[in-house]
Amino acid sequence: MNTDRRDFLARGTHLLLLTGAAQLAFDAVVRGEPEAAPNYKTTDHWWAMAIDIDKCIGCGNCVRACKEENDVPREPFYFRTWVERYHVPNGDIEHPQVDSPNGGYDGFPEKYRPGDGAKSFFVPKLCNHCAHSPCVQVCPVGATFESPDGVVLVDKSYCLGCRYCVQACPYGCRFIDPRTSTVDKCSLCYHRITRGLTTACCETCPTEARVLGDLKDPKDPIHEFLRTHKVQVLKPQMATGSKTYYNGLDGSVR
Amino acid sequence: MGRIFGHREHLVRVAALFLAGIVVFVVLQSLLIPEGFGRYGHYRAGALDDARAHEVAYAGRAACLDCHADAAEAAKGGGHAGVRCEACHGPLAAHAGDPTAQKAQRPDVAVLCVRCHQANVARPVGFPQKDRAEHAGDELCTTCHVAHHPGMGGEEAKKP
Repeated sequence: MNTDRRDFLARGTHLLLLTGAAQLAFDAVVRGEPEAAPNYKTTDHWWAMAIDIDKCIGCGNCVRACKEENDVPREPFYFRTWVERYHVPNGDIEHPQVDSPNGGYDGFPEKYRPGDGAKSFFVPKLCNHCAHSPCVQVCPVGATFESPDGVVLVDKSYCLGCRYCVQACPYGCRFIDPRTSTVDKCSLCYHRITRGLTTACCETCPTEARVLGDLKDPKDPIHEFLRTHKVQVLKPQMATGSKTYYNGLDGSVR
Repeated sequence: MGRIFGHREHLVRVAALFLAGIVVFVVLQSLLIPEGFGRYGHYRAGALDDARAHEVAYAGRAACLDCHADAAEAAKGGGHAGVRCEACHGPLAAHAGDPTAQKAQRPDVAVLCVRCHQANVARPVGFPQKDRAEHAGDELCTTCHVAHHPGMGGEEAKKP
């Protein structure tokens, strides 16, 4: 093949331009601003959460961090994530005592006597980011939706505040933000995970009881977790396609 | 056939009515449906960018270690090696962006340690937990323990 000077220059310029774009993206990541890099592709990810109940110590770090990160109203009855304490009388999984003082924001003051024959444990809760979300199905205007990367999000500028989704969520994960009268819920820290960070709750969980995972990334440790643990989702009978997987989930948990 | 085309005016009127209806529909649709609606699904495509626009409060461990690698070194091998910085030190993205803009605060040990380590029947059995009043009285945990490497060797142990 003959390459004259003009051809060579044209090709070289193209190559330089391409490298330039890649360089820009790389620079942005190095500067610590991966959001400026045009490299997050929604179709390359499918987000999920793995929760190990045997590791949760009920410290409430996740609840506090979530409120800090996501500007959740500070009143003790608005939560994007919260922790429940279960106290199950010996063998009677139909009648657990469940409490969640301030959602676990201030931790859990000891309430039960050791050795009373019951079992106790903590269960962190959050939006299950269902693949077939009931909340999305009932929204009359398309203000809540499953994003292409598997996160259930709310379009606050479009939400009417009709509360259908609040009732539809089988996990009680939604509330009406009193400041805007629109619905609010866990966004799986969408602003963080799209910049290469983990969620605020996972970042501050001291025992790694909850871990964010990308099911489309074959190298993500969540695959190892799902393979080596017997996991369950909440209310599997509702066929919500929940992507919050619990290890050690007791039958008493609702 | 001849009869139908004989009443052409009626047909034109109906057609005009339909056309006007379609035009009104298209105009209303373009006015009422926001930009990008339906691009990825039954929602506004821009909502994804809105969700991404939120500001980060927790910088993440990698950002902390850019400057404070010594802290990770101090925690190495200890029970707190896996605990990320902001779990105890709080949200410090502003500090990570500009260390002069926000000073990192020293956590209040009296409140912090017991959040995780106060004995509680609901905590996992293997997790280190003590009843503080019984174990230490009014003494702070850091008198005997080092926060970053919680073996013995706190302030009391450092005294000559």
